[in-house]
Amino acid sequence: MFYREAGDFSSTYAEDQQTFPIKFDRYRYYLVLFIAIVVVPFVINDYWVNSLLLPFLIYAIAAIGLNILVGYCGQVSLGTGGFMAVGAYTCYKFMTGVDIWWGGELLFRLPEFNIFFSVIMGGVMTAVVGVLFGLPSLRIKGFYLAVATLAAQFFLVWMFNRISWFYNYSASGQINAPERDIMGVLLTGPSVQPWAAYLFCLFFTITCAVIARNMTRGASGRKWMAIRDMDIAAEIIGVNPLKAKLTAFAVSSFFIGISGALFFSVYLGAVEVGEVFGIQKSFLVLFMIIIGGLGSIFGSFAGAAFLVLLPVALKVVGVDWLGWPTDIVAHLQLVIVGGLIIIFLIAEPHGIAQLWRVAKEKLRLWPFPH
Amino acid sequence: MKYKLGTMAVAGLMAASPVMADLVFPSLSYRTGPYAAGGIPFADGYADYFAMLNARDGGIGGVMTKVIECETGYNTEKGVECYESTKGEGSLVYQPLSTGITYQLIPKTTADNIPMHTMGYGRTSAANGDVFSHTFNYPANYWNGASGAINYLLNENGGSLDGKKIALVYHNSAYGKEPIRTLQELSAKHGFEFKEVPVDHPGQEQKSQWLQIRRDKPDYVIMYGWGVMNQVAVQEAANIRFPMENFIGIWWSGSENDVLAAGDAANGYKALTFHGVGSDFPVFDDIKTHVVDAGNAAGAGDQIGTVLYNRGLYAAMLAAEAVKTAQAIHGVADITPAQMRDGMEALEITEEKMAALGLPNFGPSFNVSCANHGGDGLVGVTQWDASTKTWSLVSDFAPTDMDVIGPLIAEDSAAYAAENNIEGNC
Repeated sequence: MFYREAGDFSSTYAEDQQTFPIKFDRYRYYLVLFIAIVVVPFVINDYWVNSLLLPFLIYAIAAIGLNILVGYCGQVSLGTGGFMAVGAYTCYKFMTGVDIWWGGELLFRLPEFNIFFSVIMGGVMTAVVGVLFGLPSLRIKGFYLAVATLAAQFFLVWMFNRISWFYNYSASGQINAPERDIMGVLLTGPSVQPWAAYLFCLFFTITCAVIARNMTRGASGRKWMAIRDMDIAAEIIGVNPLKAKLTAFAVSSFFIGISGALFFSVYLGAVEVGEVFGIQKSFLVLFMIIIGGLGSIFGSFAGAAFLVLLPVALKVVGVDWLGWPTDIVAHLQLVIVGGLIIIFLIAEPHGIAQLWRVAKEKLRLWPFPH
Repeated sequence: MKYKLGTMAVAGLMAASPVMADLVFPSLSYRTGPYAAGGIPFADGYADYFAMLNARDGGIGGVMTKVIECETGYNTEKGVECYESTKGEGSLVYQPLSTGITYQLIPKTTADNIPMHTMGYGRTSAANGDVFSHTFNYPANYWNGASGAINYLLNENGGSLDGKKIALVYHNSAYGKEPIRTLQELSAKHGFEFKEVPVDHPGQEQKSQWLQIRRDKPDYVIMYGWGVMNQVAVQEAANIRFPMENFIGIWWSGSENDVLAAGDAANGYKALTFHGVGSDFPVFDDIKTHVVDAGNAAGAGDQIGTVLYNRGLYAAMLAAEAVKTAQAIHGVADITPAQMRDGMEALEITEEKMAALGLPNFGPSFNVSCANHGGDGLVGVTQWDASTKTWSLVSDFAPTDMDVIGPLIAEDSAAYAAENNIEGNC
């Protein structure tokens, strides 16, 4: 009944090759976009934005980024936290004006960038760093590459903690996002309207998702997947592994950098690198794409939603409804999230995205399965 | 109107509409995670004091108190969630017990007009109330702590530290880095050699740091640690036979958790403090009758009288006194967060007041004013006795070197004011 392509004719190649070729699917997608862009900003308050929507949108960008690298190109990375930190600190430096020193003297100071371009610069700089740490991927694979990216994670966090230039020589080593606006609408700082922060992040999330979706179903995505499936065979059919792997690292890091920049500037507002961008962050994003589904853009969203919403939902049910002690709920949360991850890996190794695909197939035949 | 639907949804989701007739004290606690050993006693003390006020006096000024606990796990993201979910309940004052969460909440609480009290932690320069209108860190801050330790050592050495070597073992985070500037200034002033020894979170591995200390042979070691880092450091110090009486921790490195693990080897270890130790105060009898015996003790009820329990209790006491001050200023019993801020700014703690509360000589007496949110910065020193398993005060609450700290506070807060375009509040 749903998702039927009967009577849905394509008369051009463009129509045939669009992302959502089934009419029902396409309209559902437009409806989701409509609700997200037009309806949600009017009904949200501080709590919804700061506790649920911002972390969901920002983690979704990070998950898309990591999914390109791990899910599409097959290069395992544990450096997500460190790359997010690169995005955050680059964004901070550009927001406050990059100062260049030489021999103890201030050579010059760049003017302060607009917050939008600061975030973009966060992505660009992370792409550069990502390519640098991606170089070993040309020689090593699998677990060994994971260890190399783990080194990136620890090195980057150590560097941002150690070199005071990155945090503008503040006594505590924290970075704080000053108030910045676009055309008078505040986007960072404490007085931000919830809808403004939400729409700013939503813009980046949608743009990143559309770009990622189109890259992964185009020529570059096919090259990545060829490398993932069998790199020697890919090389024989003419895929350049150097280009394919490094573009995967660059694109992936770009998205992760954007998410790190937003995480710092719009969501948290103040960041201490070891606490916020530690190894746990790398694992969290990795869990998101494993639970959501490797090699799927929808899976990135589903995984991010799952791991952001579940703890909050458990807390609301346990503490606010049932009135249990907070520590018991916090412990239960660990047990339940851990248990669900194991159940997912056993029952559905391809993640929530695969559940969604199966549900869609079922819905196509429903209510007459034969 | 546009928020109505969302507000309804939140109210439905949380099933907890604000009860206006209560004085609400959110407790952003951490009973789980790497720092739970420190978070549990503090949260227990904080909750028990308010429970005692409810049972004994019927609240404060006739209005019942209500503590809403929210688990942060020392994690900034959960801290944000906790703040957002409790601020609509009429929360009077936030005490996050985490320097990371404090930095997030300084601008947020200021924008939402809710005061925050970061007692002995957080951003030190928040002592300048001219810039930080809604943040308070009385009675003492990290820089008072650093100076207090040096003053104590000056006393021990007959007024001169010339040629001595002092090492700082610190948690490599915003918290641990706080005293470095102060100690550098003090080392220039008093002529001692100052060495920094950072320890990365969580601090379970400190072999190399203590090897370095063994090689450099500093005369004294000052520690800014928290959580498991403290126990490991005390144990490692014992392993290299560093004399414990020359090892001084900040108040976050001076609880029973930190020294019990090392057993007899920890005997003589010292720590700074800004409040009394032990349970030999009349208020503990009231807590026993009204809270513990009534079966209302927070948590497991086994922390009463420990250092960090006392600190939570002290924080609750200062909050309750600020409420009383606010009630007197504004003439209403059911105060708002904005009125609470005025109460905190006009807070006066005297010996008589503390004695009347059943806490004689529990802490230093101090005044808060619009320009000074940090109190007078009096710091005492406690010492651990491993045979009786007790801490005891070995010095009075002594003044710290405000000639050094004052300019540092002015400088750091001026930088914050310039970054955020803040004009003076006073």
